[in-house]
Amino acid sequence: MIDRSAAVTEDELHAYVDGELPADRIDAVEAWLASHPEDMARVAAWRAQIDAIRARYGAIDEPAPARFDLSRLTAAERPWRRIAAAAAVVAFVLGGTLGWTARDAFSSAPQATPAPPGFEAFTAEALEAHNLYVVEVRHPVEVPAADADHLVQWLSKRLGYQLKAPNLDSIGLKLVGGRLLPGPTGAAAFLMYESASGERYTIYCGRSSAPETSLRYSEHRRATAVYWAAQDVAYVVSGSGDRKQLGKVATAAYRQLDEQTPQSGG
Amino acid sequence: MSAFRESIQAAIPALRRYARALTRDAETADDLVQDTLVRALRSEHLFHGEETRSWLYTILTNLNRNRLRALARRPAHAPLGDGDATDMAGPEAGMRDIERALAALVPEQRAALLLVVLEGLSYREVAEVQGVPIGTVMSRLARARAQIKAYLDGERVPLRRVK
Repeated sequence: MIDRSAAVTEDELHAYVDGELPADRIDAVEAWLASHPEDMARVAAWRAQIDAIRARYGAIDEPAPARFDLSRLTAAERPWRRIAAAAAVVAFVLGGTLGWTARDAFSSAPQATPAPPGFEAFTAEALEAHNLYVVEVRHPVEVPAADADHLVQWLSKRLGYQLKAPNLDSIGLKLVGGRLLPGPTGAAAFLMYESASGERYTIYCGRSSAPETSLRYSEHRRATAVYWAAQDVAYVVSGSGDRKQLGKVATAAYRQLDEQTPQSGG
Repeated sequence: MSAFRESIQAAIPALRRYARALTRDAETADDLVQDTLVRALRSEHLFHGEETRSWLYTILTNLNRNRLRALARRPAHAPLGDGDATDMAGPEAGMRDIERALAALVPEQRAALLLVVLEGLSYREVAEVQGVPIGTVMSRLARARAQIKAYLDGERVPLRRVK
C-alpha cells in the first residue's frame, strides 16, 4: 500500500507514535526522523501530549459506585424489555420498489426547484421537536412502544386519520414511543426510533393541504431532516448529522407510509 | 453473570476514564457512563458473543454529542468553544495545561484523540465508533495534536471548525 521510496508522510508519523505503523515501515520512519529534526520534535511533542493525557486521566482508583451496579440498572429499566415484543406487533410488510422520487433528496445534484409550500413550517416544527426530545434519557416519549397499539389509536384519533408507525427493524431501529404535539396546521404526531448504539430518529407528521412532493432534504445546525407530503399528510423524518443514514431511514419510512390511504374522519 | 454482562462490567473503569477526559467533569462523566450502561443493557438480547468494547465507546460518544447539542441550544450556557459547560463553568486557573488544551478542541477531535491515546483503540475502531472513514480519524488526530501543541507552545490559535 505504501510506496517504499516515497517520503514519510505526516499520517505515517502519527501511525508511528500510535503503534499503527506497518512493521516494514518502522525503519524508514526512524531513518527519516534521524535526518529531519523538525519532524523529530513534532513526534516528541505528540508523545509528551500522550504522557500528559495519561498522567491526568489515566487511572480511576476508586471502586465503581453502586449506581453502576448492573442488576440495579436492569431492574430500573425492566419495562424496556417489553418493547421488542411490542414493536413486533406493529409489523408491516416491506414491499414494492420505491419510486424514483426518493432519489431527489439524496442525489448530490443541487435542487433547482423552490421549496414546496408547507415544507418550511413542518420542517421547522419537526426539527424543534426532534432537538428537544432526542436528548431526553428518561422521558423521551409520552407513550412508550410497549403500548404501541394504544399510541397509534390515540394519535390517529387526535390527528383525524389512520396513523401508521413504520416498523424500522430492518434498518436496526426500534420504536421508542411517541407523543402528541402542536403542529403548523393542527395536531401532529411525533414518533421516536432508536438504534442499538443510541442514535435517535424521529418522524413528525400531521394533516396538511400541502401539495404532494418528493423527498426533500434539509439541514439545520447539526440536525438533518427529510420532508415529504402525500395524500393530505405532511411528514418529516429527522436525524442527527449523517445524510446518507438519514436517507436510509426516511426511505424505509416512506415505503411503508406511502402505502397508506388516509381517511377523513374525526 | 452472562458473558455479555461480564464484558460490560469489565469495561466500566475504562468508560469512566474516557468520559472524564471527554467531559472534564467527574459528575457529568458518571452520568454519561450510567446512561451508557442503561442503553447497553437494553440491547442485551441483540448480542451473540460479539465484542462489546467499541460498541460501548460508540454509545458513550453519541450520548455525549447529544448532551453537547442540548447545551448548545441554551444560549446562556453556550460558550464560544464547543458547547461544553465546563469550559465556562470553572475557574480555569485550577486546570492543568493539558486540560485547557483538550478543552479548546472541537468535540470530534477530542474524542478521536482520547480514543486512540487514552483508550488504546485502533484507528479502524475509532472510525467505527465515530462513523467516519479512517482518513477522517487521521485528520482529526492531526488537527488535535497540532492544536494542542500550539496551545502548549503558547500561541493560542483561533478555533477551527473543520471536520
